[in-house]
Amino acid sequence: MSMKATTRQVDSITVIDVSGRITLGEGCVQLRQMIRDELARGNKNILVNLADVTYIDSSGIGELVSAFTAVSNQGGQLKLLNLTKKVHDLLQITKLYTVFDVHDDEAKAIASYSKSAGA
Amino acid sequence: MMTADTSVVEVTLESDLKKVEVADEISRRVSATAGFDEDDRQKIEMAVHESLINAIYHGNKNDETKSVYVRYQIYGDRLEILIRDQGAGFDPDSVPDPLATENLLKVSGRGIFLIRAFMDEFRVESHPGVGTEVTMVKKLNSNMKNNQGGSDREHEGHNTPS
Repeated sequence: MSMKATTRQVDSITVIDVSGRITLGEGCVQLRQMIRDELARGNKNILVNLADVTYIDSSGIGELVSAFTAVSNQGGQLKLLNLTKKVHDLLQITKLYTVFDVHDDEAKAIASYSKSAGA
Repeated sequence: MMTADTSVVEVTLESDLKKVEVADEISRRVSATAGFDEDDRQKIEMAVHESLINAIYHGNKNDETKSVYVRYQIYGDRLEILIRDQGAGFDPDSVPDPLATENLLKVSGRGIFLIRAFMDEFRVESHPGVGTEVTMVKKLNSNMKNNQGGSDREHEGHNTPS
């Protein structure tokens, strides 16, 4: 039930595949640490794949916002991939859908970095 | 502890965030029993989840000597949920609007907004020195309701979406 996340490199983009629950506590802490680690390694272009996220609460949404801000402040870009209907609806209702660059095709998402950030 | 009859489910939880998952499961079962569709079940689960986090984290300050009481009451036309903590209380109208441009990138402050968006009624009563009681109502067949903060709530002085 808890959150799991793994990273992989596609071209120069770090893809984080997240599954399970992003909620206050363990899930949020884990995601925060992962983003920090990637930034510390100099990986500033990050694509968060949320396809297998079963549940996200307001703290989880806040964690995505925090990650977005942290990456942007380092001159990078954080984008979202494969939103489930639940996550999509939550981002819509909280008006965050327009803040994040959201994709549903990984190849196109990866390609969008080179266009927008010269990755 | 949990007792149940045909229309009431009562649960008392320790102030431990891990217990929220237990309540999530109970919310799913109760809302299914009450006859809500999948979409509404998820909304009810999330509203209770957010309210419980407020009760445990902000109300009881994770103090394990304090508990949170939850009561689900199923009526023919609605589900009423009461959540009572032992904290100092809060004014939901003091929570900044999370949709305001200046708040959009804030990390927290969306819980109350989501509860209001997902439920038909939301009331908060704080009793200094005793605790805070949150009451939420979800009506059956309320799918036509505008989910951008609700449109037909009846609470007293708490009807400004945040």
